[in-house]
Amino acid sequence: MCPQPRLVEVRQNILKQNDIVARELRQRFRDAGVHVVSLVSSPGSGKTAFLEQTLTLLRPDYRVAALVGDLATENDAARLARSQVPVRQITTGTLCHLEAAMVRDALEGWDVAELDFLFIENVGNLVCPSSYDIGEELRLVLLSVTEGEDKPLKYPTIFHTADLAIITKMDLAEAVEFDLAAANANIQRVRPGMPVMKVSSKNGAGMGEWLQFLASDRARRRLYAHS
Amino acid sequence: MHELSIAMSILELAEEESAKRGGAKVTAVHLKIGALAGVVGDALQSSWELACENTQLQGSRLVIENIPVKVYCPVCAAPRTLNSLQWFQCPDCKNVVSEVIQGRELDVVAMEILECVHSPGS
Repeated sequence: MCPQPRLVEVRQNILKQNDIVARELRQRFRDAGVHVVSLVSSPGSGKTAFLEQTLTLLRPDYRVAALVGDLATENDAARLARSQVPVRQITTGTLCHLEAAMVRDALEGWDVAELDFLFIENVGNLVCPSSYDIGEELRLVLLSVTEGEDKPLKYPTIFHTADLAIITKMDLAEAVEFDLAAANANIQRVRPGMPVMKVSSKNGAGMGEWLQFLASDRARRRLYAHS
Repeated sequence: MHELSIAMSILELAEEESAKRGGAKVTAVHLKIGALAGVVGDALQSSWELACENTQLQGSRLVIENIPVKVYCPVCAAPRTLNSLQWFQCPDCKNVVSEVIQGRELDVVAMEILECVHSPGS
């Protein structure tokens, strides 16, 4: 006979499988001495333009590469390839986010130890990527001035998983009457203490400060890893 | 909408548990979902139905306990529950709080399992 169902305690993290792969990746990146930076934002916030600038500016001094996630098309990879660094596209099909295993698979055949920086551009989405660790060391959340100052309040979760906020398209700030103080205040409301940078990929404003941050973040983490 | 991916992961865990128990039927899965986990309960419920279709979990229930965000307030020197994700501020002393101590959970905590016991001679 079948009695009533029994309640059995089963303690498991639902994304255990992803977290295991992400942890392995992070360890592999640390051992290889490559600094891995991921980018999340809504579609159209300027991730690819920002990344293209970053890759172009880093290339003379560092060994850099990028993975770029998208639902369809390889347009972003083609754009990033103009920076003349190795780029691979991860086409997710209908999946709205990258998972750790996709990053692992996309890296196949690449010796990450030959890199100083690896950038991973997530699918344009401010919701889904927040649940998935992809093994990165530093996660950027990008917010463009054309999106409005209240984005952080609408998507607090993604701001909570990121380490640094970057406000993009600053060259348009005046035209769209972007209120920088309000944007800053909203970021600090949902993620107190989060560093914020302002850039324009078009005219290069703020890129120097960003690259400086990146270099010192890498140095600091390497020091920490070796101590 | 990544809830379907989440539902598929839960399904895998439930099937593993069932296999461990000789194919016992899992009739419900109990979850804890933190407010900062980035998962919407309603969307997960409908994804669950979809994920379970034509599996032995078809017709099973998801029982979701929503976990609020708790932070440590350094001024009050105590844990505090946040009223809103839009404002990381201590509800008591109004100071800025950033140390999250609860609210990122995305866990299976229990399953309801129907084990058919065939006693000898019955």
